[in-house]
Amino acid sequence: MEARPGPSAAVTALRGVLPFLVGAFASLLLHFVVAPASGPFATKLVMDAGINVILAVSLNLVNGFTGQFSIGHAGFMAVGGYTAGLVTYYGSMLLWGSPAAHGGFLGGGELLFLAACLAGAAVAALAGLLVGLPSLRLRGDYLAIVTLGFGEILRVLLQRTGDVLPTAAEVRRTPLPELATHVGGALGFTGIPFYTSPFWVGIFVTVMLVVAYRLKSGSHGRSFLAIREDEVAAEAMGIPTTRVKVTAFVLSALFAGLAGGLFAHLVGTTLNPRELGFQKSFDVVIMVVLGGMGSISGAAIAAVILTLLPELLRSFSEYRMILYAALLVVVMIVRPQGLLGLGEIWDVWRPRRKGTGR
Amino acid sequence: MARGPNHSVSRIVRRASAAILALAATLVLSACGGRTTPGPAPAPDEILVGHYGSMTGSEATFGRSSDEGFLLAVEERNAKGGVKGKKVRVKTYDTQGKTQEAGTAVTRLVTDDKVVALLGEVASSLSIAGGRVAQQYGVPMITPASTNPAVTQVGDMVFRVCFLDSFQGEAVAKFAARSLKAKKVAILYDQGQAYSKGLKDYFGAAFAALGGTVTTEQAYTGGDQDFSAQLTTIRETMPDAVFVPGYYTDAGNVAIQARRLGLTAPLLGGDGWDSAKLAEIGGAAIEGSYFSNHYSHEDPRPEVQAFLAAYRAKHHGTPDAMVALAYDAARLLFDAMDRAPSLSGKDLAAAIAATKDFAGVTGKITIDADRNANKSAVIVQMKGGVPTFVESIPPAE
Amino acid sequence: MTKLLQTAMDAVAVGSLYALIALGYTMVYGVLKFINFAHSDIFVLGAWSSFAMAAALGWTKAGATPPLLGGFAILLASMAFCAAAGIAIERFAYRPLRGAPRLNVLITAIGVSLLLQNVGQLPFVFGTQPQRMPQLLPDRVLASVAGVDLRLVDLIGAGTAVALMLGLEALVFRTKLGRAMRAVSWDVKTAALMGIPVDRVVAFTFGLGSALAAAAGLLYAMKYPGLNQPAHATWVLLGLKAFVAAVVGGIGNIRGAMLGGLLIGAVELFGAAYFSPHLRDLYVFTLLILVLLYRPAGLLGRAAVEKV
Repeated sequence: MEARPGPSAAVTALRGVLPFLVGAFASLLLHFVVAPASGPFATKLVMDAGINVILAVSLNLVNGFTGQFSIGHAGFMAVGGYTAGLVTYYGSMLLWGSPAAHGGFLGGGELLFLAACLAGAAVAALAGLLVGLPSLRLRGDYLAIVTLGFGEILRVLLQRTGDVLPTAAEVRRTPLPELATHVGGALGFTGIPFYTSPFWVGIFVTVMLVVAYRLKSGSHGRSFLAIREDEVAAEAMGIPTTRVKVTAFVLSALFAGLAGGLFAHLVGTTLNPRELGFQKSFDVVIMVVLGGMGSISGAAIAAVILTLLPELLRSFSEYRMILYAALLVVVMIVRPQGLLGLGEIWDVWRPRRKGTGR
Repeated sequence: MARGPNHSVSRIVRRASAAILALAATLVLSACGGRTTPGPAPAPDEILVGHYGSMTGSEATFGRSSDEGFLLAVEERNAKGGVKGKKVRVKTYDTQGKTQEAGTAVTRLVTDDKVVALLGEVASSLSIAGGRVAQQYGVPMITPASTNPAVTQVGDMVFRVCFLDSFQGEAVAKFAARSLKAKKVAILYDQGQAYSKGLKDYFGAAFAALGGTVTTEQAYTGGDQDFSAQLTTIRETMPDAVFVPGYYTDAGNVAIQARRLGLTAPLLGGDGWDSAKLAEIGGAAIEGSYFSNHYSHEDPRPEVQAFLAAYRAKHHGTPDAMVALAYDAARLLFDAMDRAPSLSGKDLAAAIAATKDFAGVTGKITIDADRNANKSAVIVQMKGGVPTFVESIPPAE
Repeated sequence: MTKLLQTAMDAVAVGSLYALIALGYTMVYGVLKFINFAHSDIFVLGAWSSFAMAAALGWTKAGATPPLLGGFAILLASMAFCAAAGIAIERFAYRPLRGAPRLNVLITAIGVSLLLQNVGQLPFVFGTQPQRMPQLLPDRVLASVAGVDLRLVDLIGAGTAVALMLGLEALVFRTKLGRAMRAVSWDVKTAALMGIPVDRVVAFTFGLGSALAAAAGLLYAMKYPGLNQPAHATWVLLGLKAFVAAVVGGIGNIRGAMLGGLLIGAVELFGAAYFSPHLRDLYVFTLLILVLLYRPAGLLGRAAVEKV
């Protein structure tokens, strides 16, 4: 970028921080005003929706931005969730002698939970690197198949793990590395304390959205989109395609792991290997495609709609899934580019800039 | 393409508005979702009870069976004037056999529909997910058929009317060692099902304690219908019996393949075998096999015969144990409601916990200090396509 | 010895079923370059529609003995039915999306798959109860070698699978229609320019793949007569493994699908018999990943040509 009179340092700093401040304020509002007023069920739906927003927007980094096709997102979510669950469950056991939620808002328990979520994200990113490095050299549907295989292998391994240790005494007796093998097996990792609250979901949704938006509008995002449009041409333009793809993939896995951490600590959920298989990944892929490949707000809105839709249809009982499936097929045929295509919701009332998309 | 930083202020505004917009969209949509689906406020002249079960998905037969049992008990009770002068209504939500759906369904039943008590699930992992929500909001829950010990360990709001896998595994082991005089037993279990794995563990431990040997533990993963490799290995160990703690479809297929391979040792199973479909699927291959169950249709006790008559007046065929347990769970709940001073969660839970010698279809039910039902198991044998009573194994003291 | 022989025989029986299903995946991928995730549901439809036909004919009642050729009549009928279903799905769900991003078609396939599963589960369709498939094919022990029984039903099953695969091979490589299919799979646009009726060829491919899946469905139901309900997890896993077979063999390659099917059957059964049955699925997916890393195009697949 050529030299121009740049904005003052203060404005730059403000620009960097402002979205987070807004997000933090909105999260606090959500936590202390909106949630208590709308009742626990609506709050749970908001949290479900928020977690799905993180999942969909993070998968969009790979499937939408770079045009690669991953169907192992639930696998990374599981890696993050199980890691975070291990930290809080056994951490609480060692620290406070019981897995029950500890401390109030921003209390000791919540800090442990925060650390757990970050640890989950880190381990998931590592897993993303391990899966992504060898398979992203390949083109086309192979990534899809490798990620599918990764998810299924993970499922089999998780099903083979031992029971969760129920008492603090047993936990203290067991060496730390061995604790990692006690995550419940087929029954699922039960007993993880409920720490996920509207505040935390709001904060992480904000981080996800800001990161995704900055990526998309920055030079990294441009290389992502270039790869999506034509990988050979992108390579010819000097974009290190494999490295960029791996970066997108690892970032996507990181946020999936974060979502997994939130999911693990959400009231009414259990980490269960059977439910974190490729069908869960499909759910997320559907959100991305429905919202529009490459559209951040589109993926977010689709995630919210697809969280609420089954709830609206719940009383249809056995016809519920039929309606859902039929809607999916019809939407794909009637609106193949998804809700927003590559655009964003704010483009709808703002004149489109030249060159910002197709 | 490259936008210079010359419109920094407008960019700040734009970005901030983007962030706000996305959050606002999330909020508005979510709030709409919450508001467009309000549960009808419970009418003052009725008592609302929630049922969450797998009405669709892999385990749909369980959800539909338990729903039949609950509705049977409710209709019967309402015909007699209801509970505390009010009619009872059951609200059923589907869980698709998924824990996440179970958690959401229970949250909705408890906080939106404001049910006074919960009935469900059959699968233990789902009962734990739902039970933790019930515990969180202080609404009593009775699971009809979740046999995993971890279910009632969730907290003081979660009860069950069935026996535990620890007891069931021991009962089958006692039967194998004492009545069948088996010395060597092989196991083939579903490692994808907590139920199957739990039963395998308890059986193995009890059978070893009784002096028997488990020759081999073979596993399959929910979904595999080809057991030939496992059965070939089992055949080589020449067991006196084969314990197959899975569900009835698998048991039927295992029996057929075992007989084709020339493995003739009797098969043993748990309550997951109980279905009229077992005889249909297993056919001649399942003849002579044994399984433990919650009750026997042949039991002459008036509760059993009245239940069978009531069931047959509405449906055809013979109810499986799931229907009977659901029927008992609902009736036990009504009995507790009669005794409870109020229908608040605390009072109701205390009344359920105080249940003693309740005469259920599946036997006399006493809720113990761990909120489990202390009751006996029956061993039945498949004879001519009908599970025939062999012996009753009393609860351990 | 007994164990080795028995395992080898089972591996062939299981593998030939995988191969039959894998063929459908591979053929559709060949012409349209998309993974038809609804294919395994066509396989389920094949099994359940043949059960429904047998039930309608009264052959599911205890003691009923279906006539000798009844099994083959049902096989043909369910193949025809599923072919029609496959063609209808292509016409109404996939064809409107021709030219759309492949991911869209994939989502549609998932939608169709969910639709078939959940419609099948309705009480007035197939219901949620498992059913016992009647013995439609004659079964007796033909020979016994070293304690291993060679059964007529297994022989007929494997024989039918092999016959169908040979027929398909002949159709694709020896007939004009087959040449048209291969042309479409090489390059749809050029094929259309050469006067090949692409729509009809694609519809035919779907029909053919679905008919093979239906045959696999019936043969599967003969071997494992306890039929799980249409939405059961069993079917999903089975379809997934058949898909893996297609990929391992080289997706888009017909002989590759056969080879992949047999290979997956062998890996699964020998792994379960000689190592540990606990990790059976692990062998399959590990094989998949190894093959993809070292031979990305599959064992018999041709390397993709990058068009610039």
